[in-house]
Amino acid sequence: MATREIAGITVEIDEDGYMADHTQWNIEMAVILAKEQEIEELTDRHYVVIEYMRKEFEENGTGPSIRKLNKQSGVSTKELYQLFPGGPAKKAAFIAGITKPHGCI
Amino acid sequence: MKKLVILGAGTAGTMILNKLEPVLDKDEWHITIVDQYETHYYQPGFLFIPFGIYNKKDVIKPKRDFFPSGVEVLFDSINKIEPKENKIILTNQKVLNYDYLIIATGCKINPDETEGLTKKGWYKNIFDFYTIEGAMGLAHFLKYWEGGKMVLNITEMPIKCPVAPLEFVFLADWWFTEQGIRDKVEISFVTPLDGAFTKPRASKVFGDFLSKKNIKLVPDFSTGSVDHENNKIISWDEKEVPYDLLVTIPTNMGDELIARSGMGDELNFVPTDKQSLLSKNHKNIFIIGDATDLPSSKAGSVAHFEADVLYDNFLSAIEGRPLRAKFDGHANCYIESGFGKGILIDFNYDTEPLPGKYPLPGVGPFSLLEETKMNHYGKIMFRWMYWNLLLRGAELPIESQMLMAGKRK
Repeated sequence: MATREIAGITVEIDEDGYMADHTQWNIEMAVILAKEQEIEELTDRHYVVIEYMRKEFEENGTGPSIRKLNKQSGVSTKELYQLFPGGPAKKAAFIAGITKPHGCI
Repeated sequence: MKKLVILGAGTAGTMILNKLEPVLDKDEWHITIVDQYETHYYQPGFLFIPFGIYNKKDVIKPKRDFFPSGVEVLFDSINKIEPKENKIILTNQKVLNYDYLIIATGCKINPDETEGLTKKGWYKNIFDFYTIEGAMGLAHFLKYWEGGKMVLNITEMPIKCPVAPLEFVFLADWWFTEQGIRDKVEISFVTPLDGAFTKPRASKVFGDFLSKKNIKLVPDFSTGSVDHENNKIISWDEKEVPYDLLVTIPTNMGDELIARSGMGDELNFVPTDKQSLLSKNHKNIFIIGDATDLPSSKAGSVAHFEADVLYDNFLSAIEGRPLRAKFDGHANCYIESGFGKGILIDFNYDTEPLPGKYPLPGVGPFSLLEETKMNHYGKIMFRWMYWNLLLRGAELPIESQMLMAGKRK
Protein backbone atom coordinates (compact mmCIF):
# COMPACT_ATOMS: atom_id res chain seq x y z
CA MET A 1 0.00 0.00 0.00
CA ALA A 2 1.15 3.52 -0.81
CA THR A 3 2.33 5.78 1.96
CA ARG A 4 2.79 9.51 2.41
CA GLU A 5 3.99 11.83 5.11
CA ILE A 6 1.55 14.05 6.97
CA ALA A 7 2.69 16.26 9.85
CA GLY A 8 5.97 14.38 10.07
CA ILE A 9 4.39 10.93 10.32
CA THR A 10 4.37 8.33 7.55
CA VAL A 11 0.83 7.00 7.02
CA GLU A 12 -0.76 4.49 4.68
CA ILE A 13 -3.07 5.83 1.97
CA ASP A 14 -5.56 4.02 -0.24
CA GLU A 15 -6.02 4.30 -4.01
CA ASP A 16 -8.24 7.37 -3.59
CA GLY A 17 -5.55 9.17 -1.56
CA TYR A 18 -7.53 8.82 1.68
CA MET A 19 -5.87 7.62 4.88
CA ALA A 20 -6.16 3.85 4.99
CA ASP A 21 -5.80 3.52 8.77
CA HIS A 22 -7.86 6.02 10.73
CA THR A 23 -6.03 5.21 13.97
CA GLN A 24 -2.91 6.93 12.57
CA TRP A 25 -4.79 10.24 12.38
CA ASN A 26 -4.33 13.22 14.69
CA ILE A 27 -5.47 16.84 14.83
CA GLU A 28 -2.32 18.26 13.26
CA MET A 29 -2.95 16.03 10.26
CA ALA A 30 -6.52 17.34 10.02
CA VAL A 31 -5.22 20.89 9.66
CA ILE A 32 -2.87 19.88 6.84
CA LEU A 33 -5.45 17.70 5.08
CA ALA A 34 -7.98 20.57 5.31
CA LYS A 35 -5.56 22.96 3.57
CA GLU A 36 -5.20 20.41 0.76
CA GLN A 37 -8.99 20.63 0.38
CA GLU A 38 -8.73 24.44 0.29
CA ILE A 39 -10.15 24.90 3.77
CA GLU A 40 -7.81 27.38 5.41
CA GLU A 41 -9.06 27.15 8.95
CA LEU A 42 -10.91 24.46 10.87
CA THR A 43 -13.57 25.93 13.17
CA ASP A 44 -15.45 24.29 16.04
CA ARG A 45 -18.25 23.49 13.59
CA HIS A 46 -15.80 21.66 11.33
CA TYR A 47 -14.69 19.60 14.31
CA VAL A 48 -18.29 18.71 15.20
CA VAL A 49 -18.54 17.14 11.75
CA ILE A 50 -15.09 15.55 11.85
CA GLU A 51 -15.74 13.93 15.22
CA TYR A 52 -19.09 12.65 14.08
CA MET A 53 -17.52 11.21 10.90
CA ARG A 54 -14.90 9.34 12.93
CA LYS A 55 -17.43 8.01 15.42
CA GLU A 56 -19.66 6.82 12.59
CA PHE A 57 -16.68 5.18 10.87
CA GLU A 58 -15.63 3.35 14.02
CA GLU A 59 -19.16 2.03 14.51
CA ASN A 60 -20.07 1.17 10.93
CA GLY A 61 -16.85 0.92 8.93
CA THR A 62 -17.88 3.67 6.54
CA GLY A 63 -18.46 7.41 6.66
CA PRO A 64 -22.07 8.62 6.81
CA SER A 65 -24.09 10.01 3.90
CA ILE A 66 -24.82 13.74 3.90
CA ARG A 67 -28.40 12.96 4.85
CA LYS A 68 -27.31 11.01 7.90
CA LEU A 69 -24.80 13.70 8.83
CA ASN A 70 -27.55 16.29 8.66
CA LYS A 71 -29.96 14.18 10.70
CA GLN A 72 -27.59 13.06 13.42
CA SER A 73 -24.75 15.57 13.78
CA GLY A 74 -27.05 18.58 14.15
CA VAL A 75 -25.34 20.39 11.26
CA SER A 76 -27.74 21.32 8.45
CA THR A 77 -27.04 20.28 4.86
CA LYS A 78 -26.71 23.94 3.89
CA GLU A 79 -24.09 24.53 6.60
CA LEU A 80 -22.27 21.32 5.66
CA TYR A 81 -21.81 22.69 2.16
CA GLN A 82 -20.59 26.01 3.58
CA LEU A 83 -18.10 24.24 5.82
CA PHE A 84 -16.88 21.79 3.17
CA PRO A 85 -17.62 23.43 -0.19
CA GLY A 86 -18.14 21.07 -3.12
CA GLY A 87 -18.58 17.76 -1.36
CA PRO A 88 -19.11 17.58 2.40
CA ALA A 89 -19.19 13.79 2.76
CA LYS A 90 -16.03 13.24 0.70
CA LYS A 91 -14.06 16.25 1.96
CA ALA A 92 -14.92 15.74 5.62
CA ALA A 93 -13.96 12.06 5.32
CA PHE A 94 -10.61 13.04 3.79
CA ILE A 95 -9.88 15.49 6.61
CA ALA A 96 -11.15 13.09 9.31
CA GLY A 97 -8.64 10.46 8.18
CA ILE A 98 -11.22 7.85 7.19
CA THR A 99 -11.74 6.17 3.82
CA LYS A 100 -13.94 7.66 1.11
CA PRO A 101 -17.64 6.97 1.76
CA HIS A 102 -18.98 4.18 -0.46
CA GLY A 103 -20.76 5.74 -3.41
CA CYS A 104 -23.78 3.49 -3.76
CA ILE A 105 -24.90 2.57 -7.22
CA MET B 1 -47.91 -24.93 10.87
CA LYS B 2 -44.96 -22.64 10.43
CA LYS B 3 -45.62 -19.27 8.90
CA LEU B 4 -43.64 -17.44 6.23
CA VAL B 5 -44.76 -13.91 5.43
CA ILE B 6 -43.47 -11.95 2.44
CA LEU B 7 -44.10 -8.21 2.50
CA GLY B 8 -44.26 -6.69 -0.97
CA ALA B 9 -45.26 -8.37 -4.24
CA GLY B 10 -43.11 -6.40 -6.65
CA THR B 11 -40.25 -7.90 -8.64
CA ALA B 12 -38.26 -9.18 -5.66
CA GLY B 13 -41.17 -10.43 -3.53
CA THR B 14 -42.87 -12.23 -6.43
CA MET B 15 -39.63 -13.89 -7.54
CA ILE B 16 -38.71 -15.23 -4.12
CA LEU B 17 -42.29 -16.41 -3.55
CA ASN B 18 -42.18 -18.39 -6.80
CA LYS B 19 -38.84 -19.94 -5.91
CA LEU B 20 -39.75 -20.96 -2.35
CA GLU B 21 -43.37 -22.06 -2.78
CA PRO B 22 -42.63 -25.28 -4.73
CA VAL B 23 -40.06 -26.52 -2.21
CA LEU B 24 -41.75 -25.75 1.10
CA ASP B 25 -43.88 -28.65 2.35
CA LYS B 26 -47.55 -27.61 2.27
CA ASP B 27 -48.30 -29.61 5.40
CA GLU B 28 -45.66 -27.68 7.30
CA TRP B 29 -45.68 -24.18 5.88
CA HIS B 30 -48.32 -21.52 5.46
CA ILE B 31 -47.17 -18.77 3.10
CA THR B 32 -48.69 -15.28 3.01
CA ILE B 33 -47.78 -12.44 0.68
CA VAL B 34 -49.00 -8.90 1.34
CA ASP B 35 -49.12 -5.91 -1.01
CA GLN B 36 -51.35 -2.87 -1.08
CA TYR B 37 -51.59 -2.68 -4.89
CA GLU B 38 -53.08 -5.22 -7.29
CA THR B 39 -51.19 -4.08 -10.40
CA HIS B 40 -47.67 -5.19 -11.25
CA TYR B 41 -45.65 -2.62 -13.17
CA TYR B 42 -42.77 -3.56 -15.44
CA GLN B 43 -40.68 -0.67 -14.21
CA PRO B 44 -37.85 -0.94 -16.79
CA GLY B 45 -40.52 -0.11 -19.38
CA PHE B 46 -41.27 3.32 -17.85
CA LEU B 47 -38.16 4.67 -19.62
CA PHE B 48 -39.73 4.07 -23.04
CA ILE B 49 -43.12 5.65 -22.32
CA PRO B 50 -42.10 9.33 -22.64
CA PHE B 51 -40.88 8.62 -26.19
CA GLY B 52 -44.02 6.76 -27.23
CA ILE B 53 -42.17 3.43 -27.65
CA TYR B 54 -44.29 1.73 -24.97
CA ASN B 55 -47.65 2.74 -23.65
CA LYS B 56 -49.36 1.93 -20.38
CA LYS B 57 -50.68 -1.47 -21.45
CA ASP B 58 -47.16 -2.65 -22.27
CA VAL B 59 -46.02 -2.29 -18.67
CA ILE B 60 -48.91 -3.56 -16.52
CA LYS B 61 -50.36 -6.92 -15.60
CA PRO B 62 -52.38 -8.08 -12.59
CA LYS B 63 -50.17 -9.28 -9.73
CA ARG B 64 -52.47 -12.27 -9.28
CA ASP B 65 -51.24 -13.74 -12.58
CA PHE B 66 -47.87 -14.37 -10.97
CA PHE B 67 -48.84 -15.97 -7.66
CA PRO B 68 -48.77 -19.76 -7.30
CA SER B 69 -51.95 -21.36 -6.00
CA GLY B 70 -52.12 -22.32 -2.35
CA VAL B 71 -50.56 -19.08 -1.17
CA GLU B 72 -52.52 -16.63 0.95
CA VAL B 73 -52.61 -13.27 -0.85
CA LEU B 74 -53.61 -10.14 1.04
CA PHE B 75 -54.11 -6.87 -0.80
CA ASP B 76 -53.82 -4.66 2.25
CA SER B 77 -51.55 -1.87 3.35
CA ILE B 78 -49.20 -2.56 6.20
CA ASN B 79 -49.09 -0.42 9.31
CA LYS B 80 -45.96 -1.82 10.87
CA ILE B 81 -43.74 -4.74 11.70
CA GLU B 82 -43.11 -5.60 15.34
CA PRO B 83 -39.95 -7.66 14.91
CA LYS B 84 -39.52 -8.49 18.61
CA GLU B 85 -43.00 -9.99 18.71
CA ASN B 86 -42.68 -11.67 15.28
CA LYS B 87 -45.82 -10.00 14.07
CA ILE B 88 -47.14 -7.59 11.48
CA ILE B 89 -50.02 -5.21 11.95
CA LEU B 90 -51.98 -4.29 8.85
CA THR B 91 -53.69 -0.92 8.44
CA ASN B 92 -57.04 -2.64 8.99
CA GLN B 93 -55.71 -3.80 12.42
CA LYS B 94 -55.44 -7.41 11.35
CA VAL B 95 -52.42 -9.11 12.90
CA LEU B 96 -50.16 -11.58 11.06
CA ASN B 97 -47.76 -13.73 13.05
CA TYR B 98 -44.70 -15.22 11.41
CA ASP B 99 -41.84 -17.60 12.04
CA TYR B 100 -39.89 -16.12 9.13
CA LEU B 101 -40.32 -12.79 7.41
CA ILE B 102 -39.00 -11.66 4.01
CA ILE B 103 -39.10 -7.91 3.46
CA ALA B 104 -39.44 -6.91 -0.18
CA THR B 105 -41.08 -3.52 0.18
CA GLY B 106 -38.83 -1.81 -2.37
CA CYS B 107 -38.11 1.86 -2.72
CA LYS B 108 -39.82 4.78 -4.37
CA ILE B 109 -39.33 8.40 -5.24
CA ASN B 110 -40.03 11.03 -2.64
CA PRO B 111 -40.29 14.39 -4.46
CA ASP B 112 -41.48 16.17 -1.31
CA GLU B 113 -37.97 15.80 0.12
CA THR B 114 -36.82 18.63 -2.17
CA GLU B 115 -38.03 22.15 -1.47
CA GLY B 116 -40.08 23.61 -4.32
CA LEU B 117 -40.14 20.45 -6.42
CA THR B 118 -43.81 19.60 -6.06
CA LYS B 119 -45.08 23.18 -6.22
CA LYS B 120 -46.28 25.07 -9.30
CA GLY B 121 -44.16 23.27 -11.91
CA TRP B 122 -44.92 19.69 -10.86
CA TYR B 123 -46.36 17.80 -13.82
CA LYS B 124 -46.47 21.11 -15.75
CA ASN B 125 -42.84 21.41 -16.82
CA ILE B 126 -41.31 19.15 -14.15
CA PHE B 127 -41.73 15.37 -14.46
CA ASP B 128 -40.27 12.18 -13.10
CA PHE B 129 -40.26 8.98 -15.15
CA TYR B 130 -40.06 6.55 -12.20
CA THR B 131 -43.85 6.41 -11.83
CA ILE B 132 -46.48 5.58 -14.43
CA GLU B 133 -48.09 9.00 -13.84
CA GLY B 134 -44.81 10.85 -14.38
CA ALA B 135 -43.87 8.86 -17.48
CA MET B 136 -47.33 9.36 -19.06
CA GLY B 137 -47.33 13.08 -18.19
CA LEU B 138 -43.92 13.50 -19.75
CA ALA B 139 -45.02 11.65 -22.91
CA HIS B 140 -47.88 14.12 -23.27
CA PHE B 141 -45.61 17.13 -22.63
CA LEU B 142 -43.00 16.00 -25.16
CA LYS B 143 -45.59 15.56 -27.90
CA TYR B 144 -46.20 19.30 -27.94
CA TRP B 145 -42.81 20.66 -26.89
CA GLU B 146 -40.96 22.76 -29.41
CA GLY B 147 -37.62 22.81 -27.69
CA GLY B 148 -35.59 24.72 -25.13
CA LYS B 149 -33.44 23.68 -22.19
CA MET B 150 -34.08 20.12 -21.03
CA VAL B 151 -32.36 19.37 -17.74
CA LEU B 152 -32.23 15.93 -16.15
CA ASN B 153 -31.17 16.01 -12.50
CA ILE B 154 -30.33 13.24 -10.06
CA THR B 155 -31.17 14.74 -6.68
CA GLU B 156 -29.15 12.41 -4.44
CA MET B 157 -27.82 8.86 -4.42
CA PRO B 158 -28.71 6.04 -4.13
CA ILE B 159 -31.41 5.74 -6.79
CA LYS B 160 -33.30 2.86 -8.30
CA CYS B 161 -31.72 1.74 -11.59
CA PRO B 162 -28.75 4.11 -11.59
CA VAL B 163 -28.28 3.82 -15.37
CA ALA B 164 -31.85 4.90 -16.24
CA PRO B 165 -31.04 8.64 -16.13
CA LEU B 166 -28.25 8.11 -18.67
CA GLU B 167 -30.56 6.05 -20.85
CA PHE B 168 -33.14 8.81 -20.67
CA VAL B 169 -30.81 11.48 -22.04
CA PHE B 170 -29.41 9.11 -24.70
CA LEU B 171 -32.94 8.31 -25.86
CA ALA B 172 -33.94 11.98 -25.70
CA ASP B 173 -31.04 12.86 -28.01
CA TRP B 174 -32.26 10.22 -30.48
CA TRP B 175 -35.93 11.18 -30.13
CA PHE B 176 -35.39 14.92 -30.64
CA THR B 177 -33.26 14.08 -33.70
CA GLU B 178 -36.13 11.98 -35.10
CA GLN B 179 -38.56 14.84 -34.44
CA GLY B 180 -36.26 17.20 -36.31
CA ILE B 181 -35.78 19.55 -33.33
CA ARG B 182 -32.47 18.35 -31.87
CA ASP B 183 -30.87 21.71 -32.78
CA LYS B 184 -33.54 23.49 -30.71
CA VAL B 185 -32.99 21.42 -27.56
CA GLU B 186 -30.13 21.85 -25.13
CA ILE B 187 -29.74 18.72 -22.99
CA SER B 188 -27.96 18.77 -19.60
CA PHE B 189 -27.23 15.86 -17.28
CA VAL B 190 -26.93 17.10 -13.69
CA THR B 191 -25.54 14.69 -11.10
CA PRO B 192 -24.19 14.77 -7.54
CA LEU B 193 -21.47 12.32 -8.65
CA ASP B 194 -18.12 13.55 -9.94
CA GLY B 195 -18.75 11.98 -13.37
CA ALA B 196 -21.37 10.26 -15.50
CA PHE B 197 -21.35 7.11 -13.31
CA THR B 198 -19.89 5.90 -10.03
CA LYS B 199 -17.39 3.34 -11.26
CA PRO B 200 -14.32 4.82 -13.01
CA ARG B 201 -14.15 2.92 -16.34
CA ALA B 202 -17.87 3.04 -16.99
CA SER B 203 -17.90 6.69 -15.94
CA LYS B 204 -15.28 7.47 -18.61
CA VAL B 205 -17.13 5.51 -21.33
CA PHE B 206 -20.49 7.12 -20.50
CA GLY B 207 -18.86 10.56 -20.20
CA ASP B 208 -17.53 10.14 -23.75
CA PHE B 209 -20.99 9.12 -24.95
CA LEU B 210 -22.50 12.23 -23.39
CA SER B 211 -20.05 14.55 -25.10
CA LYS B 212 -20.36 12.69 -28.43
CA LYS B 213 -24.12 13.21 -28.25
CA ASN B 214 -23.69 16.88 -27.33
CA ILE B 215 -25.20 16.41 -23.86
CA LYS B 216 -23.73 18.71 -21.23
CA LEU B 217 -22.50 16.97 -18.07
CA VAL B 218 -22.88 19.00 -14.86
CA PRO B 219 -21.10 16.98 -12.11
CA ASP B 220 -20.84 17.56 -8.34
CA PHE B 221 -24.28 19.19 -8.22
CA SER B 222 -26.40 18.13 -5.21
CA THR B 223 -29.84 19.59 -5.72
CA GLY B 224 -31.01 21.47 -2.62
CA SER B 225 -34.13 23.18 -3.97
CA VAL B 226 -36.15 24.09 -7.04
CA ASP B 227 -37.02 27.70 -7.82
CA HIS B 228 -40.26 26.96 -9.66
CA GLU B 229 -41.04 30.66 -10.26
CA ASN B 230 -37.84 31.22 -12.22
CA ASN B 231 -37.36 27.64 -13.49
CA LYS B 232 -33.98 26.92 -11.91
CA ILE B 233 -32.59 24.12 -9.82
CA ILE B 234 -30.29 25.29 -7.03
CA SER B 235 -27.58 23.20 -5.39
CA TRP B 236 -26.80 23.15 -1.67
CA ASP B 237 -23.72 25.26 -2.42
CA GLU B 238 -25.83 27.72 -4.43
CA LYS B 239 -24.96 26.87 -8.00
CA GLU B 240 -27.87 27.23 -10.43
CA VAL B 241 -29.00 25.45 -13.57
CA PRO B 242 -31.94 26.96 -15.50
CA TYR B 243 -34.46 24.72 -17.27
CA ASP B 244 -37.50 24.91 -19.50
CA LEU B 245 -38.23 21.21 -18.94
CA LEU B 246 -36.95 19.49 -15.80
CA VAL B 247 -36.85 15.69 -15.83
CA THR B 248 -36.07 14.91 -12.23
CA ILE B 249 -34.95 11.83 -10.34
CA PRO B 250 -36.16 12.74 -6.85
CA THR B 251 -34.72 11.34 -3.62
CA ASN B 252 -35.35 7.58 -3.42
CA MET B 253 -36.46 6.12 -0.11
CA GLY B 254 -37.63 2.84 1.32
CA ASP B 255 -41.26 2.46 2.40
CA GLU B 256 -42.54 4.56 5.33
CA LEU B 257 -43.65 1.33 6.97
CA ILE B 258 -39.96 0.62 7.64
CA ALA B 259 -39.65 3.94 9.47
CA ARG B 260 -42.87 3.30 11.40
CA SER B 261 -41.43 -0.05 12.47
CA GLY B 262 -38.16 1.56 13.61
CA MET B 263 -36.22 -0.79 11.32
CA GLY B 264 -34.62 1.53 8.78
CA ASP B 265 -31.70 3.89 8.25
CA GLU B 266 -32.05 7.59 7.39
CA LEU B 267 -33.54 6.68 4.00
CA ASN B 268 -35.79 3.90 5.37
CA PHE B 269 -33.56 1.16 3.95
CA VAL B 270 -33.23 -1.93 6.12
CA PRO B 271 -29.74 -2.77 7.47
CA THR B 272 -28.92 -6.07 5.76
CA ASP B 273 -25.91 -8.38 5.83
CA LYS B 274 -24.40 -7.83 2.40
CA GLN B 275 -23.55 -11.50 1.85
CA SER B 276 -26.27 -13.56 3.55
CA LEU B 277 -29.15 -11.05 3.05
CA LEU B 278 -30.23 -11.69 6.65
CA SER B 279 -31.33 -8.67 8.70
CA LYS B 280 -28.48 -7.26 10.78
CA ASN B 281 -30.81 -7.12 13.78
CA HIS B 282 -33.16 -10.11 13.54
CA LYS B 283 -32.31 -13.75 12.92
CA ASN B 284 -35.63 -14.63 11.29
CA ILE B 285 -35.90 -11.73 8.86
CA PHE B 286 -34.41 -11.63 5.36
CA ILE B 287 -34.46 -8.63 3.03
CA ILE B 288 -34.41 -8.70 -0.76
CA GLY B 289 -34.40 -6.14 -3.58
CA ASP B 290 -34.57 -2.37 -3.30
CA ALA B 291 -35.54 -2.46 0.40
CA THR B 292 -31.98 -3.38 1.52
CA ASP B 293 -29.24 -0.92 2.43
CA LEU B 294 -26.63 -2.87 0.43
CA PRO B 295 -23.98 -1.00 -1.57
CA SER B 296 -25.26 -2.61 -4.78
CA SER B 297 -27.55 -1.29 -7.50
CA LYS B 298 -31.25 -1.09 -6.84
CA ALA B 299 -32.41 -3.01 -9.89
CA GLY B 300 -34.38 -6.06 -10.97
CA SER B 301 -31.24 -7.92 -12.05
CA VAL B 302 -29.82 -7.50 -8.56
CA ALA B 303 -33.05 -8.75 -6.97
CA HIS B 304 -32.88 -11.74 -9.32
CA PHE B 305 -29.32 -12.64 -8.31
CA GLU B 306 -30.21 -12.04 -4.65
CA ALA B 307 -33.17 -14.41 -4.98
CA ASP B 308 -30.82 -17.32 -5.75
CA VAL B 309 -28.79 -16.55 -2.61
CA LEU B 310 -31.81 -15.96 -0.41
CA TYR B 311 -33.37 -19.22 -1.59
CA ASP B 312 -30.33 -21.21 -0.42
CA ASN B 313 -29.97 -19.33 2.83
CA PHE B 314 -33.66 -19.52 3.69
CA LEU B 315 -33.65 -23.30 3.31
CA SER B 316 -30.51 -23.48 5.45
CA ALA B 317 -31.99 -21.21 8.11
CA ILE B 318 -35.19 -23.21 8.57
CA GLU B 319 -33.14 -26.38 9.00
CA GLY B 320 -30.75 -24.74 11.44
CA ARG B 321 -27.77 -25.01 9.07
CA PRO B 322 -25.21 -22.21 8.62
CA LEU B 323 -25.99 -19.66 5.88
CA ARG B 324 -23.37 -20.46 3.28
CA ALA B 325 -24.64 -18.72 0.13
CA LYS B 326 -23.03 -15.34 -0.39
CA PHE B 327 -24.33 -12.48 -2.48
CA ASP B 328 -21.48 -10.77 -4.36
CA GLY B 329 -23.30 -7.57 -5.36
CA HIS B 330 -23.77 -8.81 -8.93
CA ALA B 331 -25.66 -6.42 -11.26
CA ASN B 332 -26.27 -6.62 -14.96
CA CYS B 333 -27.73 -3.69 -16.88
CA TYR B 334 -28.73 -3.12 -20.48
CA ILE B 335 -28.36 0.54 -21.27
CA GLU B 336 -30.28 2.00 -24.19
CA SER B 337 -28.00 4.41 -26.00
CA GLY B 338 -30.42 5.54 -28.73
CA PHE B 339 -30.58 4.94 -32.49
CA GLY B 340 -31.37 1.26 -31.96
CA LYS B 341 -28.21 0.50 -30.01
CA GLY B 342 -27.36 -0.42 -26.46
CA ILE B 343 -24.49 -0.91 -24.01
CA LEU B 344 -24.29 -3.74 -21.48
CA ILE B 345 -22.53 -3.65 -18.11
CA ASP B 346 -21.91 -6.50 -15.67
CA PHE B 347 -20.29 -5.88 -12.27
CA ASN B 348 -20.38 -6.59 -8.53
CA TYR B 349 -19.30 -5.16 -5.15
CA ASP B 350 -15.61 -5.49 -5.99
CA THR B 351 -15.29 -5.53 -9.78
CA GLU B 352 -16.23 -2.48 -11.79
CA PRO B 353 -17.84 -2.84 -15.25
CA LEU B 354 -15.21 -4.13 -17.70
CA PRO B 355 -15.23 -4.69 -21.47
CA GLY B 356 -15.67 -8.21 -22.88
CA LYS B 357 -18.37 -10.64 -24.09
CA TYR B 358 -21.48 -11.86 -22.21
CA PRO B 359 -22.88 -14.31 -21.16
CA LEU B 360 -20.64 -16.75 -23.07
CA PRO B 361 -16.98 -15.76 -22.65
CA GLY B 362 -15.44 -14.75 -25.99
CA VAL B 363 -18.71 -15.44 -27.84
CA GLY B 364 -21.41 -13.16 -26.51
CA PRO B 365 -23.80 -12.52 -28.17
CA PHE B 366 -23.69 -9.38 -26.05
CA SER B 367 -20.74 -7.00 -25.78
CA LEU B 368 -19.81 -5.46 -22.45
CA LEU B 369 -19.17 -1.73 -22.15
CA GLU B 370 -19.56 -1.33 -25.92
CA GLU B 371 -22.39 0.05 -28.00
CA THR B 372 -24.01 -2.58 -30.28
CA LYS B 373 -27.35 -3.31 -31.93
CA MET B 374 -27.37 -6.75 -30.28
CA ASN B 375 -27.32 -5.17 -26.81
CA HIS B 376 -30.42 -3.18 -27.75
CA TYR B 377 -32.20 -6.37 -28.85
CA GLY B 378 -31.26 -7.88 -25.48
CA LYS B 379 -33.08 -5.08 -23.74
CA ILE B 380 -36.17 -5.36 -25.92
CA MET B 381 -36.23 -9.15 -25.49
CA PHE B 382 -35.93 -8.74 -21.76
CA ARG B 383 -39.52 -7.64 -21.28
CA TRP B 384 -40.73 -11.04 -22.45
CA MET B 385 -38.21 -12.78 -20.19
CA TYR B 386 -39.35 -10.66 -17.25
CA TRP B 387 -43.04 -11.50 -17.52
CA ASN B 388 -42.62 -15.14 -18.53
CA LEU B 389 -39.50 -16.38 -16.76
CA LEU B 390 -38.04 -14.01 -14.22
CA LEU B 391 -41.12 -13.22 -12.11
CA ARG B 392 -42.14 -16.88 -12.16
CA GLY B 393 -38.84 -17.81 -10.60
CA ALA B 394 -37.62 -19.86 -13.58
CA GLU B 395 -33.93 -20.59 -14.02
CA LEU B 396 -32.25 -18.24 -16.48
CA PRO B 397 -29.13 -19.21 -18.42
CA ILE B 398 -26.99 -16.74 -16.47
CA GLU B 399 -25.01 -17.21 -13.27
CA SER B 400 -26.02 -15.37 -10.11
CA GLN B 401 -22.36 -14.91 -9.16
CA MET B 402 -20.46 -12.55 -11.44
CA LEU B 403 -17.85 -14.30 -13.58
CA MET B 404 -14.51 -12.86 -14.66
CA ALA B 405 -14.37 -15.17 -17.71
CA GLY B 406 -15.01 -13.15 -20.87
CA LYS B 407 -13.98 -9.87 -19.26
CA ARG B 408 -10.87 -7.86 -20.17
CA LYS B 409 -9.01 -5.93 -17.49
